[in-house]
Amino acid sequence: MYNARTEQRRAWLQASPALIWLGFFFLAPLVLILIYSFQGRANDGTVLWNWSLANYQKLFADGAFWRTLWLSTWIALVVTAITLVVSYPLAFFMATRSPKRRGLLVLAVMIPFWTNFLVRIYAWKVLLGNNGVVNRFLDQFDLGPLQMINNPSAVIMALIYGELPYMILPLYAALERFDWVQLEAARDLGAGRFQTFWRVLLPQTLPGITAGSILVFVPTVGTFAVSDILGGTSVNMVGNSLSLQFGSASNWAYGSAISMIFMLLLLGAILLYFKATQEVNDGENPG
Amino acid sequence: MAKILADKRIETKHGRSRPVAKRHMPWGTWALTLNAIFVYTFLYVPIIVLVLFSFNAAKVGAQWQGFTLQWYNELFADARLGDALWTSLKIAGLSTVIATTIGTLAALALEKRGWRGRKAFDTGLYLPVIIPDVVMAVSLLGFFTLAFRQFQALLGLNLAMGLWTVIISHVAFNISFVTVVVGTSLANFDRRLEEAAADLGATPWQTFWKIKFPLIGPGVLGGALLSFTLSLDDFVVTFFTRGPGVNTLTTEVYGRIKKSISPEINAISSLMLLGSTILVLTSLWMQRRRQA
Amino acid sequence: MNTPTWAVELDHVTKEFRGSTAVRDVSLKIADGEFFSLLGPSGCGKTTLLRMIAGFENPSSGDIYIEGELMGETPANRRDVNTVFQSYALFPHMSVAENVAFGLHMKKINKVDVATRVKQALDMVQLHAFGDRRPKQLSGGQQQRVALARALINEPEVLLLDEPLAALDLKLRKEMQLELKSIQQRLGITFIFVTHDQEEALTMSDRIAVMELGKVLQVGQPTEIYERPKTRFVADFIGECNFIDGTVMAVENGAVTLETTGGVRVVGTGMFPVAAGDHAVLAVRPEKVRLVEGQQPQGTNVFAAIVERVAYIGSDTRIIVRLPDGSPFDVWEANTVSTLDPNQYYTAGDPVYVTWATQNSLILER
Repeated sequence: MYNARTEQRRAWLQASPALIWLGFFFLAPLVLILIYSFQGRANDGTVLWNWSLANYQKLFADGAFWRTLWLSTWIALVVTAITLVVSYPLAFFMATRSPKRRGLLVLAVMIPFWTNFLVRIYAWKVLLGNNGVVNRFLDQFDLGPLQMINNPSAVIMALIYGELPYMILPLYAALERFDWVQLEAARDLGAGRFQTFWRVLLPQTLPGITAGSILVFVPTVGTFAVSDILGGTSVNMVGNSLSLQFGSASNWAYGSAISMIFMLLLLGAILLYFKATQEVNDGENPG
Repeated sequence: MAKILADKRIETKHGRSRPVAKRHMPWGTWALTLNAIFVYTFLYVPIIVLVLFSFNAAKVGAQWQGFTLQWYNELFADARLGDALWTSLKIAGLSTVIATTIGTLAALALEKRGWRGRKAFDTGLYLPVIIPDVVMAVSLLGFFTLAFRQFQALLGLNLAMGLWTVIISHVAFNISFVTVVVGTSLANFDRRLEEAAADLGATPWQTFWKIKFPLIGPGVLGGALLSFTLSLDDFVVTFFTRGPGVNTLTTEVYGRIKKSISPEINAISSLMLLGSTILVLTSLWMQRRRQA
Repeated sequence: MNTPTWAVELDHVTKEFRGSTAVRDVSLKIADGEFFSLLGPSGCGKTTLLRMIAGFENPSSGDIYIEGELMGETPANRRDVNTVFQSYALFPHMSVAENVAFGLHMKKINKVDVATRVKQALDMVQLHAFGDRRPKQLSGGQQQRVALARALINEPEVLLLDEPLAALDLKLRKEMQLELKSIQQRLGITFIFVTHDQEEALTMSDRIAVMELGKVLQVGQPTEIYERPKTRFVADFIGECNFIDGTVMAVENGAVTLETTGGVRVVGTGMFPVAAGDHAVLAVRPEKVRLVEGQQPQGTNVFAAIVERVAYIGSDTRIIVRLPDGSPFDVWEANTVSTLDPNQYYTAGDPVYVTWATQNSLILER
């Protein structure tokens, strides 16, 4: 029944629609902006075919770009760290409930998770906006109005809100698989609470931490809408400068160079992170 | 005898997955509970306030001035929104059908034993998941623009961005998600069942449709559901790859949200929330029914 | 082509997987209606052999005939054999009755006949009341019966069973052994049964093939395999055995005398041609050895020994003694008398004589 050659042929056949589609509509566009990043801008805003490193030279000297990149990274790191710190104990709490309660708790995370992201951003505007619920509430006591949006804090708040489920769910999946008897075994063998967590629970739930962190970090660092709606002009993230170059500024070549640097740094960071978490894991489980 | 055996197994199964008794809980139970209450409050307060204020009679501002259904009435009369919703559903529906087919086939290819392209393909499939959607959006914009210009120059074909470019782009980012979800359910599929079917005389074709597909079906459905939601949820890719006049629910609502807060938008948001809640509950209900 | 026709014939079958050989040059002939067991430790190639007969794997070289017909690359769905899988491989999304009917549906047999035959098959395995259940709602033993009914309903020429009882607990396993054997005798179907449990193989089989490292070491009836093992591995794998290494001193009338490095001389029945000076091993099963207290008995194979450990296991008492050259030796004594008197049992430190008859010990290749 198993024939190596037919299996090979069938595998290629089954993979080919995906290969073709992604080849044309994912890979080719990326290659194209790689090429664009070495071109120039014509006066009418179209791409001028003229190979050079000019965009990259300009980019490296562009202080505003590096500030943008730094702000994006910083915001994404803060959001990832906070969601992780809050979600791990929550996932632990969920995983240690009775099966019936667990189902309800997961459901309660799923509903915001499946809700359109615009609704989730907008909810914060309703709360924090100049004309929002909090400010109207403060009016009652003749406090305020406070300026609570158009700053990084509002963006961070909304991002944490939007990304929380992406952290909770993988962590919960990792903790739910965990065999709890091991905790008793560790205690029985003389490990303290902290040691039990650090040497037994954490290493085994590390894949969940890795997955959750990447799922939160990537969309956060590349966000466009949250900073656009809640950050106004004062919070400029990479996503915003990219859309500016491809939008009203009409400098596609320069925008392409930004994409390239951004992607390179992002992929590098993810690889490093994978490696680091793997090493921690290896260190904790010798042999 | 057999009954006793079965009971015993259920007992040990629960024993394994049930958390250790409270006195063994390694961290303060109260701290965990407090954290949980805090997180769930944080998740739900904004949504609840939103829904509440969609019934608020005040036209401007967030002062409570009484209950009204006025904003919902205005909403249902808003033809622009209706059109946008219909466009969104068309895009999400078509791109989900295409992406689910392609993604499921890809997942089937990935589980073939000793397939030489496997590792590279597997790694490559994760790229669309980890590349930020803004980058994908602008690269697709660049790609379509260049491709259409070349078509016109070389073939004299006049192509322009429209609904179809949005659908193509949505398929491109959904394939990987479908493949990952279907791949998980394929990994849980016991391959001996295929051998058992062949052993009982089923051809490979019969084996696939009678055994494999029914069993990975929930995974395929899950992948389709995720694809549908991602498509409905998308703003950036749609924004950059749509043609003139193509307006989806997200692009339409985005424009309004950016300007201001208003009770109509509260109402739209509440309805979208209701929609996603129904979606989650339905999928959960279907899952339960399968298990029963 | 082959006369007389064998149910299954393997002709120099070899299977290689990426550089490792799972089955090495196996030739076997299995008769119609035979209960044939493939016995060996895990990884010995027995399951691979079974899978090649079923058609899930193709041999790297050699031929497989089923009912005299060369199989070649005939796929599993076109072979007249059915398999009972180790973990049953029941289709979880179908009811018990649908599982059992699957093979008949594949043969496009009309619905009325299918219904009757499913009923008969479920009756045969005493599951008539369970047709509407899902496999998950059944106990392990019941699932096992469903798997059996699902395979047998197709009336295959040969039924292949891949460790079907391994997941059952001891008592249920013993019941199923008897039941399988009686079903096989009633239907007259050839059974090829893979197991690593020697007791199971001995209980059920007409013939057994003992395998190790992809090779068939010995084929024979259960008594032959147990009483006349051809190699040390077979003697060791089937049941328990004492081995004494030594050099051949003399050969007369089939009786071979060995001398160990410690200077002890033992005599056994020669199983393969040896000459003085060869290295060989004497094998004697613990239940065939006697312990004598008090006066030294007469004859060959008599040694003074000291009782080292005594394990009372109900039906037997298992005693480990030390021989004069310092090596341990197992002896089992049947507890034929019911008593609580501690003097009736050996205790550590007792001086005893160990003895066995020459015909009860075999001289094997080292």
